[in-house]
Amino acid sequence: MAIIDLANPTRFLNIVNRALPWLAVATVLVFVFGLTRILNSPDDYQQGATVKIMYLHVPAAWLSMMCWGVMSLAALGTLVWKHPLADVSGKAAAPIGAAFTFICLVTGSLWGRPTWGTYWVWDARLTSMLVLFLLYLGVLALYWTVEDPGRGSRAAAILALVGAINIPIIKFSVEYWNTLHQPASLFRKGGSAIDPSILLPLLVMATGFTLLFFTLHLAAMRNEILRRRVRAMRLIQAQELAEARA
Amino acid sequence: MNLGPHADFIVASYAVTVFVVAALIGWIVLDYSAQRRILGDMEDRGVTRRSRRSGKDSQ
Repeated sequence: MAIIDLANPTRFLNIVNRALPWLAVATVLVFVFGLTRILNSPDDYQQGATVKIMYLHVPAAWLSMMCWGVMSLAALGTLVWKHPLADVSGKAAAPIGAAFTFICLVTGSLWGRPTWGTYWVWDARLTSMLVLFLLYLGVLALYWTVEDPGRGSRAAAILALVGAINIPIIKFSVEYWNTLHQPASLFRKGGSAIDPSILLPLLVMATGFTLLFFTLHLAAMRNEILRRRVRAMRLIQAQELAEARA
Repeated sequence: MNLGPHADFIVASYAVTVFVVAALIGWIVLDYSAQRRILGDMEDRGVTRRSRRSGKDSQ
């Protein structure tokens, strides 16, 4: 099957219907494995048991940025190549990304109180993450409130591309500015600074979150394709009713 | 398992995550059911994705 076949929504739906149960099962299995690893993981020598918040906070942060990357690619597909599924993909990804960003902000705040002594500071990392959440809300508002879906999609795609500037700002904020948030401890020069007993559960949970994202994204794309079919059928029905009355 | 003096923060983090993910899954599942039901109802009423007029025009 050529990649171009995926441009056909009906073929895409067939593939999604086949793939979704497998993805869902894989997601559950990885999460169960990850949670057993968390239960058996040691406490951090400084932070104690609060390090267990990291297994949610860090994957949620990664996924919130990856989801914006998916939306930016989808935006290119919408604006440049006018791929029929690109807009569907962008619209489906936005609420999922917003949810992951919300989880990242809340768990980070709950981790910050016992670790730093405060729920929130306006440092570069936390603020740029909050900006990402607000950008997600902006994209959702454009998708859900603009009356003409085509105009809303184009505006949301432009915002997704402009907002992509924020992703490297988030990533490098802990290096360029003095922040209360710690610098990168996994993807950094010299390798990971995390002990393998804590790193393994973190990577398993990150895999689980990634599988969860793709499962939910595909399911939400399927919903969006069906919603557009409903809209098309309603428009045809309304047009035929109007013509019958004329 | 002893979560130490900050157990409330750890439990709250997991509770919020479970709640948000469950809400997301619930919304997507319910949305799927709703779209399938609406499409089924419309197909039962004979509404198709192809306009009858365009079909006649092409004949």
